[in-house]
Amino acid sequence: MTRYGPDEYDVLIVGGGGAGLRAAIAVAETDPRLKVGVVSKVYPMRSHTVSAEGGSAGVIKSNDSIDEHIYDTISGGDWLCDQDAVEAFVNEAPKELLRMEHWGCPWSREPDGSVAVRSFGGMKNKRTWYAADKTGFHMLHTLFQTSLKYEPIRRYDEFFATTLLVDDGRCQGVVALEMATGRLHTIAARSVILCTGGFGKAFRFTTNANIKTGDGVALAYRAGVPLKDMEFVQYHPTGLPFTGILITEATRAEGGFLLNKEDYRYLQDYNLGKPAPQPVNRTMELGPRDRLSQAFEQERQKGRTIKGPYGDYVHLDLRHLGEQHINERLPMVRELCLKYEKIDPVTQCIPVRPVVHYTMGGIDVDINGATCVEGLYAAGEASCVSINGANRLGSNSLTELLVFGARAGRAAAEHAKQAKPFSAKLAALARDEEQRIEETFCKSGEGKTSGDSIASIRETLHHQMEAGAGIYRDEKSLQTAKETVLELQERAKALPLQDSSYTFNTELTAAMELRNLLELSSAIIESGLLRTESRGAHQRTDFPQRDDENYLKHSLAHRTEYGATPRIEYAPVTITKWPPKERVYG
Amino acid sequence: MDKTIKIQVRRYLPEKQPDPFWQEYEVPLEPKWGVLDALIYIKDHLDGSLSYRWSCHMGVCGSCGMMVNGEPALTCATFLEEYQPGPIRIEPLANFKVLRDLIIDTDDFMGKLKSVKPWLITDEKRDITDGENRQTPAELKAFKQYTLCINCMLCYSACPVVGLNEDFVGPAAIALAQRYNYDNRDSGNAARHDTLLAHGGAFDCTLIGECSRACPKHVDPTGAIQRYKADGAMEYWKRLIWPKAATAPKNDGIVKQID
Ligand SMILES: Cc1cc2nc3c(=O)[nH]c(=O)nc-3n(C[C@H](O)[C@H](O)[C@H](O)COP(=O)(O)OP(=O)(O)OC[C@H]3O[C@@H](n4cnc5c(N)ncnc54)[C@H](O)[C@@H]3O)c2cc1C
Ligand code: SF4
Ligand code: FES
Repeated sequence: MTRYGPDEYDVLIVGGGGAGLRAAIAVAETDPRLKVGVVSKVYPMRSHTVSAEGGSAGVIKSNDSIDEHIYDTISGGDWLCDQDAVEAFVNEAPKELLRMEHWGCPWSREPDGSVAVRSFGGMKNKRTWYAADKTGFHMLHTLFQTSLKYEPIRRYDEFFATTLLVDDGRCQGVVALEMATGRLHTIAARSVILCTGGFGKAFRFTTNANIKTGDGVALAYRAGVPLKDMEFVQYHPTGLPFTGILITEATRAEGGFLLNKEDYRYLQDYNLGKPAPQPVNRTMELGPRDRLSQAFEQERQKGRTIKGPYGDYVHLDLRHLGEQHINERLPMVRELCLKYEKIDPVTQCIPVRPVVHYTMGGIDVDINGATCVEGLYAAGEASCVSINGANRLGSNSLTELLVFGARAGRAAAEHAKQAKPFSAKLAALARDEEQRIEETFCKSGEGKTSGDSIASIRETLHHQMEAGAGIYRDEKSLQTAKETVLELQERAKALPLQDSSYTFNTELTAAMELRNLLELSSAIIESGLLRTESRGAHQRTDFPQRDDENYLKHSLAHRTEYGATPRIEYAPVTITKWPPKERVYG
Repeated sequence: MDKTIKIQVRRYLPEKQPDPFWQEYEVPLEPKWGVLDALIYIKDHLDGSLSYRWSCHMGVCGSCGMMVNGEPALTCATFLEEYQPGPIRIEPLANFKVLRDLIIDTDDFMGKLKSVKPWLITDEKRDITDGENRQTPAELKAFKQYTLCINCMLCYSACPVVGLNEDFVGPAAIALAQRYNYDNRDSGNAARHDTLLAHGGAFDCTLIGECSRACPKHVDPTGAIQRYKADGAMEYWKRLIWPKAATAPKNDGIVKQID
């Protein structure tokens, strides 16, 4: 007698990145009898958490305090964070990071053997734990390797989730495409946690990997969950031109300077304090990302940036740090510059420009990761709790994966223990999904040439998002982007494929990813169009001030139907102890 | 298109034809393009049916390993310019079963990683309230190099032993075992001997060193294996001469419930 069929789980996690693996371990530790599944479109260690460089924030040193981390996070988020969530986050952060230490994460160390911390943008004190400049890599591999010891965790590697199974108001599993065979699987689960990461791939120039297409966010959206604060897209001020490869903020924490074409530390002209030889927290190069990216854009308009074949850039100067320091603290930065730019930061300045990096918005969840659909949870970059508000502080995200991955895991485990039996309709729902996929994608397009190909729709989308919903926006640019995206959605209604194989049909998955990106882009644009103020990463040149009277609230984008404009509603921001103030840096 | 370069890809479409075949494409020779960028160009503009794995495009996720002109390489960190005037021949990683085009079957590799118990094994359970383990920079350095493996499998493609003996646990897995064995927080050596001393373990390696030459992250699996051979030989003789005295695993590492 078995309690479960082969594809029935107590908790099913979609996503094997930092959030997904942390959630899986949390479920296994809550109750080892629970059966946990992890569905991931790539092998877990390929997830994009792997590329995080700089570090993970949590108060550990005696000269730091919980209240200061909370305040930095809230002011960094331009008061759009929910303060109860931030309090929980900051309080649980050190414990989660210690747990990673106990699981073997190779954190960089002080000479006395204690964990080392570094400065990070927008943080008043040193509190960012790091493993050289490969922090995300080490965290992900530690979580993956640790997850292997828990027998109840079963993985579905290279399975692509295509829809959620929702019946009777409850989420009861997913349909997933086994990429190696082309088979669709119905995987039933009492609780489902979406940990599918962000959607920076809506933009052309991004630090995000190919897989960051917001699939899980789109799945939740289609299942009726609103998307929160979608208009807030973070540009990181320092990406390599052309590749968009990130040069971590840790370079500036270690003392790097940003210079315009006159070799001038231009940030001093943008209310970020005055230059000092040593880095000063919350000042100049250690200001928050939104402000630094905006300063770049203004320099560009003044003609003070450097022209290059892949757009304008400025210089990040690390030369004064010296070879030994660079090798010890920033080995990956040196490696990346040598490989992809053919320059050596020990002797040359690094060309950098702002690049789309992180999506603050996402699936609307509460402090335990629960959505409004029973049994459906989300964590990590796919979700919006919100601790990041209008602008995430660097190094808060990796910690967020741990704190809220664990919280969602525990909540989903509790829910699974009490869940009602599966409804009889799941098989029928899965058949509907099969039909939808056949009709949308698989009506053979073999022999068909580009014209409406996936690539051409994607390229237009990238161009429009950058032009219409980039660092600075206004009504006109957003309106143009909106119209284009509506047109693109029309073109993408059916996307016939050249490839008709079942085995690893990566054209099929690319087509599904593109449709997801189109849906999310329309939510970004509509939320941005209706927020007629400037806050954090959402800067409207036609409404340059923050407007707390009307917009100290979360936007919630509700899906209407494919190819139609979403409906935007609003929800209050939770303020506990820190009433809105002006953001002051420098 | 100014300058171009020819790319020859070894394709395999099991549903369409039983045998692999070569297909040639011509792509722009852009100064900053990696071999992976050429494949992306082909898929987007020339042939939507070409399949390969990739993700990070920055040499850290380990997805994009292939044979480039006969050598295992990360295609996102290998540049077209280095191969002028071409053509560039791209094949799936050697020593693996091919599923389709440039995509290989990695399940066996993943199983081998798990077989060395790559997690921290401790004699005593530590609680969060106990605080951090101390580890000096020198103690970290003792195993740090082995933590840098991105699981790209280039070393398996380069290794002649892997090619001949499918049971061989392989370079990356042994380096991973050593990553934990040399971590001062870990006491799981004994538990890992079972895999490393057995048939298919570290002693199957003939120390040719191809793995270390192929490794894009300077993990030096050969060095890890060499060190293990010294450690393991001792354990081997102990087990042979006086089985009970050999270090028995104290902990199987399966943590049932924590906290
Ligand atoms: C270059 C870079 C550097 C960064 N550096 C830092 C830093 O120093 N500090 C910091 O705090 N943050 C940093 N960040 C941000 C942080 O790394 C990410 O926000 C975080 O790693 C996201 O983790 P995640 O678990 O939510 O998602 P991911 O790690 O992106 O994982 C998503 C998972 O979902 C799976 N998935 C997606 N879609 C599907 C589908 N349809 N079906 C099945 N599975 C699916 C994927 O396979 C993957 O396993 C950085 C981000 C980037 C891009
Ligand atoms: S040891 Fe080197 S070559 Fe082998 S899998 Fe690891 S990173 Fe790749
Ligand atoms: S694409 Fe990630 S290593 Fe090449």
